[in-house]
Amino acid sequence: MTETALGHDAESPKLREAYTAMTRTRQMYGGIVLIVFVAMMTSGFMLADSRNAGGFWGGILNIFIFPGEVVSEAAEKVALLPALMVKFFPSLIETVNIAAASTLVGALAAIVLSLLSTRGLARFPRLIPLFRRLMDISRAVPEIVVALVLIFVLGGGPVPAMIAIAFHTTGALGKLFSEVNENASLKPIEGLASVGASWTQRMLLGVVPQVAPNWLSYALLRFEINIRASAILGFVGSGGIGYDLKNAFSWGQGRYDEVAAIFILLFLTIVFFDQLSSHYRNKLVGKS
Amino acid sequence: MTAIADIPALSRQKDAATALLARKRLVAFAAPVVILAYFVYLFFAFDIPDLLERARMDNAAVLVADSYSHKTHITHDNRTGGLSIAIEGENKGTYPEGMTPDFVTLTGESTARVVLTAGENAEIDGPTLRYTVPGYGTVTATVEGREILLETPDGAVPDWISAGSSRVTISGKGGRASVTRARTEVFRYSFGWELFWFTLDSPFYGKLPTELLRLALSGDRVVADKSNLAAIVHDVWNNAMWRHKDVLWAIFETVLMAFLGTMGAAIVALPLAFLAARNFTPVAAARFGVRRLFDFVRGVDGLIWTIILSRAFGPGPLTGSLAILLTDTGSFGKMFSEALENVDNKQIEGIASTGAKPLQRYRFGVIPQITPVLLSQVLYYLESNTRSATIIGAITGGGIGLLLTQAIITQKDWEEVAYYIILIIAMVMVMDWFSGWLRRRLIAGDESGR
Repeated sequence: MTETALGHDAESPKLREAYTAMTRTRQMYGGIVLIVFVAMMTSGFMLADSRNAGGFWGGILNIFIFPGEVVSEAAEKVALLPALMVKFFPSLIETVNIAAASTLVGALAAIVLSLLSTRGLARFPRLIPLFRRLMDISRAVPEIVVALVLIFVLGGGPVPAMIAIAFHTTGALGKLFSEVNENASLKPIEGLASVGASWTQRMLLGVVPQVAPNWLSYALLRFEINIRASAILGFVGSGGIGYDLKNAFSWGQGRYDEVAAIFILLFLTIVFFDQLSSHYRNKLVGKS
Repeated sequence: MTAIADIPALSRQKDAATALLARKRLVAFAAPVVILAYFVYLFFAFDIPDLLERARMDNAAVLVADSYSHKTHITHDNRTGGLSIAIEGENKGTYPEGMTPDFVTLTGESTARVVLTAGENAEIDGPTLRYTVPGYGTVTATVEGREILLETPDGAVPDWISAGSSRVTISGKGGRASVTRARTEVFRYSFGWELFWFTLDSPFYGKLPTELLRLALSGDRVVADKSNLAAIVHDVWNNAMWRHKDVLWAIFETVLMAFLGTMGAAIVALPLAFLAARNFTPVAAARFGVRRLFDFVRGVDGLIWTIILSRAFGPGPLTGSLAILLTDTGSFGKMFSEALENVDNKQIEGIASTGAKPLQRYRFGVIPQITPVLLSQVLYYLESNTRSATIIGAITGGGIGLLLTQAIITQKDWEEVAYYIILIIAMVMVMDWFSGWLRRRLIAGDESGR
């Protein structure tokens, strides 16, 4: 006892030294990382500032001019706003439809792809890397790329946006779904296999009941994201409320009441579907 | 033996189980029916029949063909005379005097023979065009005063020739040709992205990689005042056709927008998140205010922020960064405050028991607990914002998004569009890989006791 205690005592200054040295290097590394980060942020900001048409300090003073114009014009014509909102409501429905359809199509494709690319569940285990790469690529494609190309072929309208968002959704959800699938128990599948169920039957009856709540919850989150995406794509050229916003916007002053009406509609829609989806997501994940 | 129905408790359970099964069966049948009904509704709401009618499949064919091949224009100017050969008909792709691609033979001042693919060939003789198709014969089109005369072997006009009084277009299998009063033109498609490395005015054009390597290593200078390697790099970098310099700058701008926006949002959101967390801010009113601020910023959405900010700051990467920053401040604030509400109080108490001041308590008791959540969210958003920055760039005008929309609007540079698309996908995948790598490194580092 005494020996070990003594030995400990003899070692402790060395230990302490090593410990302080380690702490010091850590602090140094932390400091270096912090300095590099701050340098990157400031230089990046200055670079962005210099490559921008209007500078930051000039712009920050003007930041309330445009919202001010919109608000003051909307306030003047406040009686017209409800009528305008009714006028733009069909476009809003289209935007929500684009989001819903693309989430649905994307989720269905993601289900198939994720089942095909999960170890233990895959129909063709050798092709797992292929399906994974497919998901990676479709996840990496920004919606605007597909949308712009499809607008050239199909003309404007909701379908190019729908396909574009569905394409990205497939990859994004596919990755999340396959993570969920990996946690599914294999026992029901083995049971089904032992009674001679086909692959489709094993998946439908063995896997889907286990993972459906989590799938649904991710799909709802995607739906929320896709509403925003479909509004943005409308602005770039496909249908929906984004397109109306762009038109109202390009009319310039005098039509800002329309801009205000669309802003309000869009804001309310996004908040509404945010709340709805987070409510159901909590319910789904709480239940499972 | 007692029947199950005799025991009231069990019978109730059995009823409940039957009801549950019936409900599940109903859902299993109803869900596909509802989805199908929704698709039928969409079929009419999105007006698919009309869309199919409007779809321009010829556009799709041009797009696909152009994305992996290029066309060379051999043009005779019928007003001023003179023959020119240009890749994609662009000024910067024009062959200099005395230089021709191997499928064109100049036979005189204003005459040329062009060997097309699929056994076809064309001959330009001043304003006259002779287009020979094997098994069919030679089509001749010529400009006569204000008219364009077309002569076919059998006198009839086949459907691959469109003939009008002011324009004749021949779309063969191996090339295309058109005759108007202004010019007689032959288009020949060739595989690949021509001039990708060097334009025609570069001394390195048409050299094989091995030759280039030898040139780079040799001391004999091709361009007088530069070493060969510097000249090669300079010519590629300043390629006027593909604009590598501008494209790489644009990619960099897009990544910069994502980086500044995401990191800026995290920096702004962290202190605000403390104000929104129940265990750090006892004042309910302040909490409520900050939370509604987060909701508002998130609800207004990137699109509207982009429009508002581009009014104030004009097009460019700064506008995009600030739009991302504003939107994500809301998302980060919400997530960070949730993470803060879940921190373990024991660690903070432990730090406090050593006599730490409030700031030290936050630094050593709270921050280490939330860093993994914080970092993984921030890095995940960094990747996703690279995609958003592409879209925002298309709206405000900055980065690769702008180049992409410009290239698509001109509707002819599809090989450039293909190039940009490949670059964008590569950029997002690299960012995805990088953020994943950093996340694994940093969070693993955290668990080992930092």
